[in-house]
Amino acid sequence: MTFGGYLLSLLIWLPIAGGFIVLALGDRIAAAKWLSLIVSALALALSAPLWALFKTGTAAMQFIERSPWISTIHSEYYIGVDGISMPLILLTTLTTVLIVIASWTNVEKRVAQYFAAFLILEGLMIGVFAALDGVLFYVFWEAMLIPMFIIIGVWGGPRRVYATIKFFLYTFIGSLLMLVALIYLYLKSGTYELAAFQRMPLNLTEQTFIFLAFLAAFAVKVPMWPVHTWLPDAHVEAPTGGSVVLAAIMLKMGGYGFLRFSLPIAPDASRELDWLIIGLSLIAVVYIGFVALAQRDMKKLIAYSSIAHMGFVTLGMFIGFQIVAATGRTSGIGLGLDGAIVQMLSHGLVSGAMFLCVGVMYDRVHSREISAYGGVINTMPKFAAFMVLFALANSGLPGTSGFIGEFMVILASFKANVWYAFFAATILVLGAAYTLWLVKRVIFGEVANDKVAALKDLNGREFFVLGVLAAAVLLVGVWPAPLLDVMRASTLHLAQQLLVSKIAP
Amino acid sequence: MNPLAQFSVSQFNAGLNYATPEIYLGLAACAILMLDLLLNDAQRRWTGVLAVISLVITAMLVAVQPVTVKFVGLGGLFEIDRMAQVLKVVTLLTVAVVFVYSTDYLQRRAILKGEYYVLGLFAALGAMVLISAGSLITLYLGLELMSLCLYAMVAFDRESGIAAESAIKYFVLGSMASGTLLYGMSIIYGVTGNLELGAIAAAVQNGLGDNVGLVFGIAFLIVGVGFKFGAVPFHMWIPDVYEGSPTCVTVFIGTASKLAAFALAMRLLPEALAGSQPDWSQMLIVLAVLSMAIGNIVAIAQSNLKRMLAYSTISHVGYVLLGILSGTAQGYQASMFYMISYVIVAAGAFGMILLLARQGFEADKITDFRGLNARSPWFAGMMAILMFSLAGLPPFIGFWAKLGVVQAVIGNYTWLAVVAVLFSVVGAFFYLRIVKLMYFDEPTETTIIGGSVLMRTVLSANALLVFGLGVIPGTLLQLCQRALQ
Repeated sequence: MTFGGYLLSLLIWLPIAGGFIVLALGDRIAAAKWLSLIVSALALALSAPLWALFKTGTAAMQFIERSPWISTIHSEYYIGVDGISMPLILLTTLTTVLIVIASWTNVEKRVAQYFAAFLILEGLMIGVFAALDGVLFYVFWEAMLIPMFIIIGVWGGPRRVYATIKFFLYTFIGSLLMLVALIYLYLKSGTYELAAFQRMPLNLTEQTFIFLAFLAAFAVKVPMWPVHTWLPDAHVEAPTGGSVVLAAIMLKMGGYGFLRFSLPIAPDASRELDWLIIGLSLIAVVYIGFVALAQRDMKKLIAYSSIAHMGFVTLGMFIGFQIVAATGRTSGIGLGLDGAIVQMLSHGLVSGAMFLCVGVMYDRVHSREISAYGGVINTMPKFAAFMVLFALANSGLPGTSGFIGEFMVILASFKANVWYAFFAATILVLGAAYTLWLVKRVIFGEVANDKVAALKDLNGREFFVLGVLAAAVLLVGVWPAPLLDVMRASTLHLAQQLLVSKIAP
Repeated sequence: MNPLAQFSVSQFNAGLNYATPEIYLGLAACAILMLDLLLNDAQRRWTGVLAVISLVITAMLVAVQPVTVKFVGLGGLFEIDRMAQVLKVVTLLTVAVVFVYSTDYLQRRAILKGEYYVLGLFAALGAMVLISAGSLITLYLGLELMSLCLYAMVAFDRESGIAAESAIKYFVLGSMASGTLLYGMSIIYGVTGNLELGAIAAAVQNGLGDNVGLVFGIAFLIVGVGFKFGAVPFHMWIPDVYEGSPTCVTVFIGTASKLAAFALAMRLLPEALAGSQPDWSQMLIVLAVLSMAIGNIVAIAQSNLKRMLAYSTISHVGYVLLGILSGTAQGYQASMFYMISYVIVAAGAFGMILLLARQGFEADKITDFRGLNARSPWFAGMMAILMFSLAGLPPFIGFWAKLGVVQAVIGNYTWLAVVAVLFSVVGAFFYLRIVKLMYFDEPTETTIIGGSVLMRTVLSANALLVFGLGVIPGTLLQLCQRALQ
């Protein structure tokens, strides 16, 4: 077996093992920090060969590792990646390194536990994206809640306990319904292998219930309207690092779940119920867009913006059925899926960066209220440049990553129905409105008060973190081809799965 | 037929052979009782040491028995199969761990008496007899031997008024339940004409399944089993007894006696009355749903940790019943796994209370765990593992338990599976509250955590076992699968 043979396992278990060692370091704060940095950087370095050795042009799983795990329930330790999960793993490793660097000095209590929680979380999140066995997936998916619960609860804001328990219970209830669906599929197929779930014929009633059970889990995670209410609370109360992980990666797991579970396992139910998802997505885009306009708290505004953008992701995933119905052609399905995935990655970079920007200001002023700021550009010109860039990316400016995904999804919805495209495109207007208005109030104008006047510009560490994200946002924005190449085979394969009915003749 | 006509010496000897561990434990308990008279208070710890040693030896004697198929001996009174073997080993080791946890606690409150250990040993013997019972008589004998010891243990702290109250409550209600159970047994005997479980099963299979008298008897059996389990609506004694007993007795009732209750249910329902499974399944559905509902919801309102764990037990019993009521071998295996894993976790959780307790301070308020992470990150971590496991989160053993029983009911009773998972969300809330107190709140006191090195080691091992078996549950799952094929 080659080096690539254990790459995924290393990516999962190295951060987790590192996290436990950091935990054991306890009061030796400097050692804990440096070890966290080394471990997370190592994980990032290990994900480079994942990209380099990845074979484009095939939808088959790669870097497969498979060995028996629990024989009594036929569950295996079965991991692998395809073009959908690989970029998300890269996003995870990149984000974690940046979080470790960004949190270097602004954690005061229980420092080792803080960094350990993020490392363990990283390993578990990579496990979610890599798992190809239902039980293994579920174990990572649920275990992830524990470090996040602790992160929000220990290092969060004043209402952190309320926020973290709400986050936990919302996610938990959805996940358990998914578990029931997974067990049903297991009893039917005799294995927990996801590929077998995808192959197995199911009648429409079964598919509908399974689809709804999965929807309960993934809609909460995305989050879709009307089960989104945990997100603004969790985001506002979480420490900066926690907000970044939530926005950049955890929300993507809902989208990933739709792609890996709902669509291929229950394609007929997905087609029957696509109106539901499309409707909820458009509500998220339009209604939540307006809600975002009304926010006075910066983090809350970005949280609502996240919900709206994730509405775009789910729209792109489910618009394909309408395209086939409207035009009879199947070419648009892949476009919607591609757009959705690019939008997920882009949102991961942009929203993570926006939360980091808020974090930078919060560290200095200790307020997230928009009204506490004004004219930041006068005292923090470098920071202002980054903030404006990310704001423009958030509102979908061509040349940034935000544009690519939104454009593809709007294009796909145009093929289905002009009205879908019309409502979807309001995100360009509303997104620009709430983001740029935020920038106008916070960054531009006269220096609002003494605190803003006393602001110091970015230090080297912050500059590095935001610089890396800015480079990534621009790179994906002007040259998305490599990313699309990686994804293409997998999304085409998925699109084909969607077109074949699983109802047994 | 005259039983003596079938009597054969070799058969009797084989029976005695298989009963060696019980005989050994009985003799050891008597010997320790005698020996304890010779010890003064300073040497009293040795009673505990000897008790633990004899439990471990008994467990080893059971473990080495070559059990492949079911063996019925001693004139049908005694039977041993793989399930009995596994349950006995787990029970004995649990009691040994409980004794380790208890010694410090007893010493600190100056009630370290030899009787605690001797009663505990006899209760363990009762549990073993019950687990290995081949007829209704031995079933009842084992149950009463265990229960009477437990009644006395609850009242063991003579100075405590609340303990005396709990003991009376436990005794009166327990006797009523035993009486009901005995009444049910007598009806079963009247209908089938047999006391041996195997013969009853055969009679029920051969056309007695729908007999009204039989179903009437089953209803009484369910009441008795429900009481010993603590399933709603026969749960009233659980919170009061858990709260009122000295914690070292609560942990005994919460762990070892639950395993015995499980054996009681398994012997009576799937073994002896397999033929009327639809009848008792329906009754158990009511018990299971009510237990999950009442247990999980009422636990939220508790401020006393022992009381909260009492309601938590009630809810977990509901989940155990799910597996039994499914009426399949997979379901029974899942229930057995659930029971064993629950006992491991509960032993750890009560062990934490015992660890934090000090002279004149019980540490049984939920708020006593406030800020534990600042006082001892290690034991806060251990408690967090136990709480997440009770909530049924992976990668802890409680998740696999829940997975198994939910798996058992999907198909025939899918709605029950949905009910079960929804109530476990309710349950997650109060387990999370403990984690919240330990991690998110600041401590109100700064005392150093006590406990002997032995106790700390065993407690840590107990919690780490919950984690280890959560990551690699295969062995225990296989053990339960082989035990109940």
